[in-house]
Amino acid sequence: MPEQLVFAMEVFLNGLMAGVLYALVALGFVLIYKASGIFNYAQGVMALFAALTLVGIMDGQVPFSHLINAVFGTEIHHFGWHLPALLAIVLTMVVMIALAWLVNHFVFRHLVNQEPIILFMASIGLAYFLEGMGDIMWGADIKKLDVGLPQGINSAIDEITFGIFDYGFFIDNLDIVATGIAALLVVGLVIFAQYTKQGRAMRAVADDHQAALSVGISLNYIWVMVWSLAGFVALVAGIVWGTKSGVQFSLSLIALKALPVLMLGGFTSIPGAIVGGLIIGVGEKLFEFAIGPMIGGATENWFAYVLALIFLVFRPQGLFGEKIIERV
Amino acid sequence: MLDSVEPYTTEDGRKIGGVVMEMKNITLRFGGVTAIQDISFDIRDGEIRAIIGPNGAGKSSMLNVISGFYNPQEGEVFYKGEKRPPMKPFQVAQQGIARTFQNIALFEGMSVLDNVMTGRIRQMKAGLFAQALWKGKAEREEVENREVVEKVIDFLEIQHIRKTPVGRLPYGLKKRVELARALAAEPSILLLDEPMAGMNVEEKEDMSRFILDVNDEFGTTIALIEHDMGVVMDLSDRVVVMDYGKKIGDGTPDEVRTNQDVIDAYLGVAHD
Repeated sequence: MPEQLVFAMEVFLNGLMAGVLYALVALGFVLIYKASGIFNYAQGVMALFAALTLVGIMDGQVPFSHLINAVFGTEIHHFGWHLPALLAIVLTMVVMIALAWLVNHFVFRHLVNQEPIILFMASIGLAYFLEGMGDIMWGADIKKLDVGLPQGINSAIDEITFGIFDYGFFIDNLDIVATGIAALLVVGLVIFAQYTKQGRAMRAVADDHQAALSVGISLNYIWVMVWSLAGFVALVAGIVWGTKSGVQFSLSLIALKALPVLMLGGFTSIPGAIVGGLIIGVGEKLFEFAIGPMIGGATENWFAYVLALIFLVFRPQGLFGEKIIERV
Repeated sequence: MLDSVEPYTTEDGRKIGGVVMEMKNITLRFGGVTAIQDISFDIRDGEIRAIIGPNGAGKSSMLNVISGFYNPQEGEVFYKGEKRPPMKPFQVAQQGIARTFQNIALFEGMSVLDNVMTGRIRQMKAGLFAQALWKGKAEREEVENREVVEKVIDFLEIQHIRKTPVGRLPYGLKKRVELARALAAEPSILLLDEPMAGMNVEEKEDMSRFILDVNDEFGTTIALIEHDMGVVMDLSDRVVVMDYGKKIGDGTPDEVRTNQDVIDAYLGVAHD
């Protein structure tokens, strides 16, 4: 087998893995957009906030410690515990549910039936608020997150591919685990939406508020539930990204990569978010591999956006989005 | 007017019970506009109660008061003998008052079956975790609710479109699906907002038949709004007539038909 083709295969696999990570973030967007029509710009920051909170709780960091110390002249930083990862994840989820309630109660409940652009602006506001809040609560330094996910080269794949191609593929264990988690998450979400009472109620609210009220569904309950779900997805994304590249504020920028993913997959489709993520991931890696060297590299920075632009021209609803029908 | 609230049996053999809902001196204003002015009436168990009146009479506002979409500034609502505090629409629905809408409010992206299943939400008690594990209670509950839903679907003759997304259905069928969803809730009062609006003669006859059958078969109490007097007179046991937010008549169809105020309102006699 020609050497170039083997390299391309490795790049393809790595692209798939990267795509899964994009898809994880995009999933959170789709959930909220489907149920409430809000394009939640803050989804990336929620992932950051979740990761910061998780690290803080695990390491027993005192929230607002800088602020407290500055005001009262104290010197407190740590509670002095180290919690097991699972317990910390559960506690972080409680924080995310509380956040969901606060966001609905103080912001979006008051903006029902407003224009999409107003909801979008509110979510930008929320993004900056959360980013600042994360900073004040937990500090701005880069933190290491280790919840016990495996990391480093997967030696089995390395050995097998070496046996076949005489060249060992470098596939990160973390990426493989992330793929499994994403698959579980999607299957879980689809089952939830299709087969449970709450899922049915969620779809009902997404479809028609009045009708949902008339069968006895509380809109606020469903919205808090959806924001909690988005918080949960953000937590998962935060854990995976945080483990991969450390918990830092640039994490919130991965939200921007989710935009082209959504344009490809459609804003309303959960499987679309996954497929869109994979296409972007594979596309940008292969493009960088094949075309990049000819045009000076660094194509990964813009490839996804150009692909999304092309999609916007030819298929604005995305691959899986609901068809836009305008009746005249 | 019926003077007693003693249970009685109608000529066609249906049993009419006591008062299930009573509206007392209801007044509803929007800013300076008074939509409903000091109206009182009751709905008795098992009857078909119509609210009629010309366009803009305040009929829909009244229905929205009953279903909790509007809260009146004055007056009291009694439901099953108890005074009802101001409530959100979903709480009213959970108490067993189901409704349809004049302009149809269905979940367009969901199938007919799923739409009708949402009507069962108030009866489904199993928590999220029970459902996630899909064992025992949750499973039994799903099956039981499914049975009720299938019965309603059979009854309203919409089996052939069970799996069709509602958005693809014609108007007349959508109206029927909406009725099915309300009926699936096994409501103690079923509110129908202009169930025959925009229908042709044949569809109107179908809908009239379904309304009568529902009342007859399940003994469902029905309160309906209509501005077409002819249809209502054949359907209902008692009729409230509204005009300009006021009640101008209340009684059996025959009593209402001969009421001079009602005749004036419908023929358009000038108001002072």
